[in-house]
Amino acid sequence: MSTTLVPPPQRKRETLERAVIRFCGDSGDGMQITGSQFTNTVALYGNDLATLPDFPAEIRAPAGTLPGVSGFQVHFSSSDVYTPGDSVDALVAMNPAALKMNLPDLKPSGILIVNLDNFEEMDLRKAQMTSNPLEDHSLDGYRVFPVELTKLTRAALKDLGLDAKSMDRCKNFFALGMCYWLYNRSMETSLRWIEDKFKGKLQLVQANRMAMQAGYTYCEATEAFQITYEIPPAKLSPGVYRNISGNSALAMGFVAASQKSGLPLFQGSYPITPASDILHELSLYKNFGVITFQAEDEIAAITAAIGAAYGGALGITTTSGPGMALKTEALGLAVAVELPLVICDIQRGGPSTGLPTKTEQADLLQALFGRNSEAPIPVLAPSTPGDCFWIALEASRIAIKYMVPVIVLSDGYLANGAEPWKIPDVSQLPEIPVNFENNPEGFRPYKRNPETLARPWAIPGTPGLEHRIGGLEKQDVSGNVNYEPLNHERMVRLRAQKVAAVVQDVPDAIPAGDESGDLLIVAWGSTFGPVTAAVRAQRAKGRRIGHVHLRHLNPLPKNLGDVLMRYDRVLVPEMNMGQLVMLLRAKYLVDAVGYNKIQGKPFKQSEIEHKIEELLD
Amino acid sequence: MSSATLPPYAKKDFQTDQEIRWCPGCGDYAILSAVQSVFPELGIPKEKLVVISGIGCSSRFPYYMNTFGFHTIHGRAPAIATGLKITRPDLEVWVATGDGDSLSIGGNHTIHMLRRNVGLKVLMFNNRIYGLTKGQYSPTSEVGKKTKSTPYGTADRPFNPIALALGANATFVARSVDIFQQHLKDTLRKAAAHKGSAYVEILQNCNIFNDHAWESFTEKDARSEHVVQLEHGKPLIFGKNRDKGLRLNGLDLEVVSLGNGITEKDLLVHDQHNPQPAYAFLLAHVEERPGLPAPIGVFRWWPDQPRYEDTVAAQIRDVQAQRGTADLGKLLHAGDTWEVHA
Repeated sequence: MSTTLVPPPQRKRETLERAVIRFCGDSGDGMQITGSQFTNTVALYGNDLATLPDFPAEIRAPAGTLPGVSGFQVHFSSSDVYTPGDSVDALVAMNPAALKMNLPDLKPSGILIVNLDNFEEMDLRKAQMTSNPLEDHSLDGYRVFPVELTKLTRAALKDLGLDAKSMDRCKNFFALGMCYWLYNRSMETSLRWIEDKFKGKLQLVQANRMAMQAGYTYCEATEAFQITYEIPPAKLSPGVYRNISGNSALAMGFVAASQKSGLPLFQGSYPITPASDILHELSLYKNFGVITFQAEDEIAAITAAIGAAYGGALGITTTSGPGMALKTEALGLAVAVELPLVICDIQRGGPSTGLPTKTEQADLLQALFGRNSEAPIPVLAPSTPGDCFWIALEASRIAIKYMVPVIVLSDGYLANGAEPWKIPDVSQLPEIPVNFENNPEGFRPYKRNPETLARPWAIPGTPGLEHRIGGLEKQDVSGNVNYEPLNHERMVRLRAQKVAAVVQDVPDAIPAGDESGDLLIVAWGSTFGPVTAAVRAQRAKGRRIGHVHLRHLNPLPKNLGDVLMRYDRVLVPEMNMGQLVMLLRAKYLVDAVGYNKIQGKPFKQSEIEHKIEELLD
Repeated sequence: MSSATLPPYAKKDFQTDQEIRWCPGCGDYAILSAVQSVFPELGIPKEKLVVISGIGCSSRFPYYMNTFGFHTIHGRAPAIATGLKITRPDLEVWVATGDGDSLSIGGNHTIHMLRRNVGLKVLMFNNRIYGLTKGQYSPTSEVGKKTKSTPYGTADRPFNPIALALGANATFVARSVDIFQQHLKDTLRKAAAHKGSAYVEILQNCNIFNDHAWESFTEKDARSEHVVQLEHGKPLIFGKNRDKGLRLNGLDLEVVSLGNGITEKDLLVHDQHNPQPAYAFLLAHVEERPGLPAPIGVFRWWPDQPRYEDTVAAQIRDVQAQRGTADLGKLLHAGDTWEVHA
């Protein structure tokens, strides 16, 4: 290194309200790690943020090809963030395939960092490109920064004695270092992460650290970027924050529910994308007494959870759409024997295997009606990653209070997306009362609580309460097998009334924005972000719009019908063919219109805004 | 609760007031009677006993047992019982199932329960027919069997339930017969004493759809020539005059007549604890061979294998010892956090 210190050239530092950056490359390029690292750093700095990981279902599609492209988008800001961003300000593309797949989302004049070393003829061919975009002027509308990421990383690591393959694995950290420099962020958080992640593997700690520092220094030493950016911290409400993904929040929410109810948590699960992370995470929490059971199939996963609930545990099962389909018969059993159970469906694109890693909201009708005969089940849906924590608690509470299975509908976008989350004070979390029956005097297995219509939870091991339950129709009160016509009708109605009674625990719908006006948007689940952002933007233009975001899909809030009547138009955006809108039209005879996107991707704010304009202009 | 403080149970304490809805003459009555006779002897408080079943004639069993009972869905009883036993190892959980329930629709759960060695006692009523759906063939029906769904005979090769359980590495595998009350009760007592998964095949007659299914076992005259009783530590002798035995010949078994220089010392001595899987498999397949007697009794009993629920509980205790008691606040604050000031 030269002993003469050359003062870095004077560069402009521009302060922005928000920025969107996307890292994309081959699925082996470590883009998910790079994106997560950038996310953690901006989160700790105090920005509000939202992320969109987007990866293929294949673990390693052939390197450099279009199906193998993996991406991670982060939207960070000094003010509120509701979506991962419609388009990106800066794109890091590790190869031509990633460039080709992601360029359409880059804003005009956006920053484009590409790995120059991966633009040989062979690489272009794998991306089905006929000419080199770095030479054919097709990128003229962007600020392009071709960097020899591979060569520079190898040069930085040459003294460590690593083979070329191991060195090349660090080039994502070189790119990360560049981005930290570009957005004036400290490398400290990532340095700590590297030390922790590769603990005991000194060579790898050094390699990743040096690669990241080399990327940072490269920007400093060259005149690559003339402008750097600063996004000041957001003004979030006071408190201690962490970054959280939806799956992680669900896992922690169930641990909280177990602690607050005093019941051991039992999770039966069979690995399935995008729900497996809940199993991974809960399996770590054995010190909380959590029992995770990786079952032989989806059916065993739910039936084992039913067995656990029968014995007095908080039984849950976690899955995605295809797994839900397999669990259907067991769901009916849980309805019939009236045991508490929580079933999480982390929705993905379908039908069949569909799009395992992409998001969709098309399991709503399956959750509500997808069982033989009349088998009503309360259904809840979280609206943000952090909300998953609260929904897990609420679903557990309802299941126990009403002795009923409860379905939670999350989706791939919430599951993997992350946001800053204000950590709640544990002592303020709601208690979940549990009343096991223990009095043999006058005990009847199906004698109901007059308010909730719940039957007693009479667990094995309680002297004097020996009784039999099962999937055959039962006589009201006694619970004995009974095939009488009038008894059957009475039991069907009782089960429906019990689920309807859950409305006591459903808060009234209070529209965000205008309380009455031209348009009401009714939405549910992960569309919360883009709908909120779009409604804010459109109201700022003077339109009178309300937004009801349903967290309870069964039963619906009891005032929803009144709210619907307060607006001229009703719009229901959904990532399906129009499932909620059909329900609203059927139940409330309201002329609601649907807006549907079925692309495995969340709505963009601009898409919702265009729809609003189309309806109101 | 120690057995000293237990009420002195009688058979009637395990009978319910529910009308029994099996066909008159069904083998299930005999099995119910045997179980109700054995349960009072077990020294287990009634409220700690749970009977779980799937679907089929056999699966009506819990309704007639005055214990905790759960009549579930087709084939899933082992999975439901597994969830219960993991979370409540203090309970004694018995599963009542049949050849269709356990080996067809519930085959997957059966083999996985057995490989895990969950502490469940499984009574598999094998009548080689679907009774409750009125007479279709089952996965244990013999090849060519004419039934309602196979008017020209079945094409399926049947399962050998004992071999299947052994193949899943079950730690207790036994066979008894509905009408052999003493043998059945004795087998149930042994199953009750086993800590891990106990799989008991009970040959059961369906007098409506598959009468005489096990005639070679149950016909008084034929019985002694066709059945060999497995008794631990004793030579494999059978025959009306107890004059025949089974002898090892290479990797096979052969029938020999006692006398003419052949004595009991030449016969195979039954070792239910034999750790060699080949031994129990050899016995399991004997019945399929013409001229060889079918064994009843305990084929394998490995008492010391770790139970699934114990291993699960031990792991939780270990992690709790290492990581300390649960602190929800600490969990929520784990990893990187930052504070936003007012």
